[in-house]
Amino acid sequence: MFVSQISIFLENVRGSLRNMTELLGEKGINLLALTIADTSGFGIIRVIVKSEDIDSTLSVLHQGGYIAKTNKVIGVRVPHKPMGLAKVMAALDDAGISIEYSYSFYRSNFEEACIIIRPSDIEGGISALQKAGINILSQTEIDAI
Amino acid sequence: MSILNPAMESIGRDERKKLQSERLRATVKHEYNNVAFYRERMDKAGIKPEDIHSIDDLHLLPFMEKNDLRDGFPFGLLAVPQQQIVRIQGSSGTSGNPIVTGYTENDIEVWTEMAARALAAAGCDDKSIVQVAYGYGLFTGGLGLHQAATRLGAMVIPMSSGNTQRQLIMMKELGTTILCCTPSYAIYLGETARDMGILSQLKLKGGCFGGEPWSEKMRAELEKLFGIDALDIYGLSEIAGPGVSFECEMKSGLHINEDHIIAEVVNPKTGKPLPCGVTGELVMTTITKTGQPMLRYRTRDICTLNDVPCSCGRTTLRMSRLAGRTDDMLVVRGVNVYPGQIESVLASVGGITPHYLIIADRRASLDNLEVHVELTEDMFSDTISQIQALENSIASQIKSVVGIQADVKLVPPRSLPRSEGKSKRVVDKRRL
Repeated sequence: MFVSQISIFLENVRGSLRNMTELLGEKGINLLALTIADTSGFGIIRVIVKSEDIDSTLSVLHQGGYIAKTNKVIGVRVPHKPMGLAKVMAALDDAGISIEYSYSFYRSNFEEACIIIRPSDIEGGISALQKAGINILSQTEIDAI
Repeated sequence: MSILNPAMESIGRDERKKLQSERLRATVKHEYNNVAFYRERMDKAGIKPEDIHSIDDLHLLPFMEKNDLRDGFPFGLLAVPQQQIVRIQGSSGTSGNPIVTGYTENDIEVWTEMAARALAAAGCDDKSIVQVAYGYGLFTGGLGLHQAATRLGAMVIPMSSGNTQRQLIMMKELGTTILCCTPSYAIYLGETARDMGILSQLKLKGGCFGGEPWSEKMRAELEKLFGIDALDIYGLSEIAGPGVSFECEMKSGLHINEDHIIAEVVNPKTGKPLPCGVTGELVMTTITKTGQPMLRYRTRDICTLNDVPCSCGRTTLRMSRLAGRTDDMLVVRGVNVYPGQIESVLASVGGITPHYLIIADRRASLDNLEVHVELTEDMFSDTISQIQALENSIASQIKSVVGIQADVKLVPPRSLPRSEGKSKRVVDKRRL
């Protein structure tokens, strides 16, 4: 039920995001989702690509001199209406699980919004969401986007 | 693991002082009478040989520096007629005149004795088979250990450096028991032997490894590869080659051959002698050499001294592993900062030592120290808080080792400047 995400270390200087996205774009890699966490000195870019692109994305980044790693996150489908995301957050909070970070997809072919969540406890997060009847995205569904 | 010359290596403190003082007086007199350059320097400082009564007066003598050797090239620093010199050794000077040192027969003897003590401490005796994989030539490594092993009656294989396959074939077929080379080359030999599938057939029992700075991490690697005690050996051609100091089996500092050399540690900026335990520049005085004696020679190597007698039985002063060179030293907020200290912190964090750059700057008339560290795969984690925690942990370890607060900044791999394959480690942007 996990989704694979790639995290990349970037220096917080002008042009660094451009260089990285152009590098991936030139190799034909499409980003399905992206978020940036930054401090004044550096940033961590987190992206979702199709599973068939994960290995090539990592090797393009490593050859380009970037530090990048894959890690596991949870994807959920959330109705486009008030309280949609709040219900997901409540399910996790009620289970005593906190959120490290969360972000959304740019587009999807679903009615609902697609949200990526990195909870403090991934296994616990999945079972809490399942109990609350939240629609969890599989990697296969992501690949179909 | 034996003490070759217990009378000297385990000499009592008072007796040692008496011996060193006698030899110092003779050396100063010899130097003053025969080397015009140093006589002028002493005259200028208002010091006569008669003012030096014992080693307590050592600090009165002016220093000698690397540049004095350049200026005196080739024979300006000889204290004997040139026909008494039987050997020239030198180091690779990169700018200006080469730096060479003339050795008399006596000086070669002194050096051989010192290096033989180091080899004996590493377990070498007349049954040993010693492979010398240091370069032979002006560089002192090859000939120094060759002479010493011969002195102990061992069988020497004078391979010199390079040609790894051939080194390993000799090692295996001749049954080398003692290896002498730089620690990085020893690791390379071990790894190649493993790849060739002959590592388990080697009969290595020990080795003396020097000629470059190394770390406990490299020692652990080397010892694991070969199943030996890997001991450090130190020397410099200006004083004598390898053997000036060496580690014993306790591996807690390098024993200085004090019957031939007096060691001091001084503040690199002020030249003031520092007590044992305080880090500073190593200064050495030869007290038995005749060809080109060196008085208070500034080695530019950074270390600390330890005068506690060692549990191996030797009583000689021990010097720590080198923490770097004064050429790289920075003074920030009045505190001496050595790259080696920062490197030791980084080595304990990243698995392998990452590339780094130390930047001194001045902000609002206050010194500021920044340390840029290239992130490695091992250090990277997905969350900001963990990366910031790593920066903070490096900063607090630097604070505890160096004594000042540094701003630690993690930067992408390969983003720091490199020059000729070596990394540039220090930048001083202050306009002083």
